[in-house]
Amino acid sequence: MAKKKTTKKTTKKTTKKSTKKSTPRGSLVSKKRDQETIGKIRDLATSVAKSGLAQREPRIEIPIRSINNMKYNARKRILEMGSNTQQRELFNVGQARKFMQMLLVSKGCRDLIQAEKTLSLRGMYYMTLHTIEGTSEKTFNEQGESDTILEDLEVTIDGLREELHVFAKKRGTMVGNITVIDNGDEINCRRMGTGGYAIPSICEPNVIQFKDCDADFILHVEKDTVWSRFNEDRFWEKHNCILTEGSGQPPRGVRRLLHRMHKELGIPVYCLLDCDPWGHYIYSVIKQGSINLAFESQRMAIPEAKFIGIRAEDYDRCKLTNDVKIALNERDITRAKQIMDYPWFADKKHWKKEIKTMLGNGFKMEVESLITKDISYVSEVYVPQRLKDGDFLD
Amino acid sequence: MWTCGGFHRKGLERYLVGHTDVPNQMATTTSKKKTARKAAKGRVSAETLAKGQREISVSEFFAKNRHLLGFDNPRKALLTAVKEAVDNALDACEEAGILPEIHVRLLQKDESRFKLTIRDNGPGIVRAQIESIFGKLLYGSKFHRMKMSRGQQGIGISAAGMYGLMTTGKPVHIISKTSRRTPPHDVVLKIDTSKNRAEVVSEKEDPKSDTLFPGGTGTQVVIELEGRYQKGRQSIDEYLEQTAIANPHAQITWVTPTNETIEFPRAVEELPEEAKEIKPHPKGIELGTLIQMLERTESKSLSSFLQDEFSRVGQRKASDLAQRADKLSSKTITPRSRVSQLGHAEAECLYKAIQEASIMAPPTDCLVPIGSRALLAGLLKEVQAEFFAAATRPPTVYRGNPFQMEVAIAFGGNLSSDESSRILRFANRVPLLYQQSACSSFKAVVETSWKNYGLAQPRNSLPVGPLVVLVHMASVWVPFTSESKEAIADYDEIRKEMKLALQECGRKLGTYLRRRKQMKKQSERRGIFERYIGEIANSCHSIAGTDKKKLYDALLKQAERKTKEADQRLDLDGKIVSAKRLEQDEDVIILAERQASIGEDENDGLFGEDMPPTTKRRTTAKKSRSKKKKKKTS
Ligand SMILES: Nc1ncnc2c1ncn2[C@@H]1O[C@H](COP(=O)(O)OP(=O)(O)OP(=O)(O)O)[C@@H](O)[C@H]1O
Ligand SMILES: [Mg+2]
Repeated sequence: MAKKKTTKKTTKKTTKKSTKKSTPRGSLVSKKRDQETIGKIRDLATSVAKSGLAQREPRIEIPIRSINNMKYNARKRILEMGSNTQQRELFNVGQARKFMQMLLVSKGCRDLIQAEKTLSLRGMYYMTLHTIEGTSEKTFNEQGESDTILEDLEVTIDGLREELHVFAKKRGTMVGNITVIDNGDEINCRRMGTGGYAIPSICEPNVIQFKDCDADFILHVEKDTVWSRFNEDRFWEKHNCILTEGSGQPPRGVRRLLHRMHKELGIPVYCLLDCDPWGHYIYSVIKQGSINLAFESQRMAIPEAKFIGIRAEDYDRCKLTNDVKIALNERDITRAKQIMDYPWFADKKHWKKEIKTMLGNGFKMEVESLITKDISYVSEVYVPQRLKDGDFLD
Repeated sequence: MWTCGGFHRKGLERYLVGHTDVPNQMATTTSKKKTARKAAKGRVSAETLAKGQREISVSEFFAKNRHLLGFDNPRKALLTAVKEAVDNALDACEEAGILPEIHVRLLQKDESRFKLTIRDNGPGIVRAQIESIFGKLLYGSKFHRMKMSRGQQGIGISAAGMYGLMTTGKPVHIISKTSRRTPPHDVVLKIDTSKNRAEVVSEKEDPKSDTLFPGGTGTQVVIELEGRYQKGRQSIDEYLEQTAIANPHAQITWVTPTNETIEFPRAVEELPEEAKEIKPHPKGIELGTLIQMLERTESKSLSSFLQDEFSRVGQRKASDLAQRADKLSSKTITPRSRVSQLGHAEAECLYKAIQEASIMAPPTDCLVPIGSRALLAGLLKEVQAEFFAAATRPPTVYRGNPFQMEVAIAFGGNLSSDESSRILRFANRVPLLYQQSACSSFKAVVETSWKNYGLAQPRNSLPVGPLVVLVHMASVWVPFTSESKEAIADYDEIRKEMKLALQECGRKLGTYLRRRKQMKKQSERRGIFERYIGEIANSCHSIAGTDKKKLYDALLKQAERKTKEADQRLDLDGKIVSAKRLEQDEDVIILAERQASIGEDENDGLFGEDMPPTTKRRTTAKKSRSKKKKKKTS
């Protein structure tokens, strides 16, 4: 390990220079893609203007982003967006405001791309926020409103968020046997101290490249607290892996990075999540994609991802005590049943059994509950054992 | 006060007339104490006690039991006196087929002394009857009469007079004219309470008083009494106001102690139909009443007693009842048994037999509801609301007594929108002003879920909003919770009928509110489109270089056309049609001119979340889902 570290240090400068050449700092995507995106936005505005001038009703066709317009592609084993669309019309009392907002956000993104800058979702909200002339009405009442419109725009012009130069608040941490280039800076994830490398919200190849990696697998954990346990115990060093964390449901950046590492570096992804419907849902999102971002599943889902634990059987298997039980509430039970009914769980007998066992137990458990055995039980006994036995849920 | 029913009278009669064998099952408050004692000590001491009862004089009884008759405090006493006289006037006019015109005047003589004058245009009272009517308690009572009317006891007006005499020492002054040709007689009466009889103080024929009765007949009663006058809830004003609502055929003039004249104009020109009298239904009778009926009947045999005195009992049913009673009795009972031979024990067997047997429900054509139209007319003139709806349920029966429920509601306009709604309760057209929360109607209103009709309603409470709910029970026997006759007892059958009527009105209100909201939306529509097209023209100009002004004008033109179109489409499609249905509904009145005042404070109970209308393509599954949702919301 130590040897590797030093080699990396020496190569650092050269790599930096070379990357700088291929992708200049500050640009998330290539100039060419930028021009394409601007073109798509222009087409949208032009079609609205044309209809208006020709006394036809301006309308925008937007693919529907909801569970009803989502298909599970059994061959690719990912969630995909269906072909259903909805019409957003200007001359419709319920839709007029959204129609107007759509054009405002389009203009905002176009300006952003032209200025070669990027903004957070919140930044985009402020950029498009003003009071409508002659009224006291604001263009947006809260950030949530502009966030959804942006997602509508993404699917409408079939552009990715980073192509629109907007990013979400970053969340998620990484550490392990890998060196990445982030916007030209070389990051050695073996030397990230206790804090770890903050995974950027945009992890496209333009921004992040993998320099070297000798990890055998990726261990993704649900929460920062569990991640810290593993990092302090230097788990990634002992087991030669990459350790990531997504603060609950992993944001796009984390999912995109996991997807790329899995595909490009050819290493498996194991998930350590709570034994509750929320944990199961996170696993489902990592594996098949999320309902809201089904259109991005292709770039984010990891159908091969495995679920290490913790599992309903662990209460008996690890001889845990009563104290760790957290009773399932009404909502948990409905959610669990919903998850069991997901089409992508349809032929997973083991999963159905797992959820049934949990429901039968009547309680959920957090990964942290293993601390009742020993501070480092999870990193020194539990996970190594599961890995050794190859005992995963799929 | 003594709207109808025998409870009350039975209780009183026991003191006054002194019947000895009072059955202990009698469910009257008056007799409760005695009954309890009697039960504890057994029959012998009860007999002794009953003998003592005979000696209680009317005045003693009255002094002790003022509260039973509604004279418990000076303010309520004034109200009760007015109520007695007005109820009598209305009853008299209706029975004589005269549209009532009533004058009520209250003159304050000193701080706690008032002179009450009530004059009507009724048939008048023949001279020979005056002493009995005003001087004798329980005069003219028709004990077995089962007929819908306001008064039935035969004590109302004499009690008021007696209260006046007791508190001020002043006699009652009556002027009555019974025909155009004869001059009015003017009589001053002093009630001799110990003898239960009136003493004439002075008497004359007085042609000068003719001016009081321009219609040719009528009665004026003047009583001086102690009291306290105060406006507001449970006042004379409220009583008259509500009387005017439930009796829109009456014209009432009210002159207050401050010499203010308040007119309650007539709203409908025709008199209500006259109520038919029916015989009591066996199931509606209590044991005590049965015993008294057995005592008083002129029928000789049990069979003829049952057939003559009750409705829905024929020869076969009479034999059936006799047979059933026989099985329960130690003494033989046959249809031919002499009524005079039947003792208390046999009466009890007969009573039980009646409860067991199935007897056809009583006729219900004896009821005269106020009617939806008259109710609306009444509310319309007294309540400044924008929306009115009424519902009259078909007559039905509880415990052998025919009854019928009516409900009317008034909404919006100048009614206060952030208070609990108000309930106006009536029994046989008489307003009930006391003990609201004990009343079945109150429970029925609380149990109705007004949220479904677009109103806010805290849990287990009245709905909040600019709403007045009127509930009227018409019956030959209104079951009151107590003898003060202020709240209707909570029988399941009654509450169910009330709720059905409330729901019927509520649904109409819901339709109206939904439509009002829609109309508001229509006017907003234009504004919405025009507001946004500026932004759209700007954006398109900036992104695609379109001519800003041209695009703006083009869009504006479209917006104007679209709003016009949309308004028209609304005229043709379901929404406005359903509103038309409301307008064509005879039981609904909408006053558009009063709408404006509350347009602002929309109460977004149910109709708050309107789903944005989205057109879905190629999504059959989704379509049906959203349809279902819409159904739920409507
Ligand atoms: N203003 C009036 N005009 C004509 N008749 C009247 C008038 N007031 C009373 N009467 C007659 O006098 C009778 C006795 O009246 P009173 O108020 O004492 O008893 P009631 O109305 O029969 O019953 P309640 O005690 O329940 O009021 C009435 O039944 C009615 O026939
Ligand atoms: Mg009376």
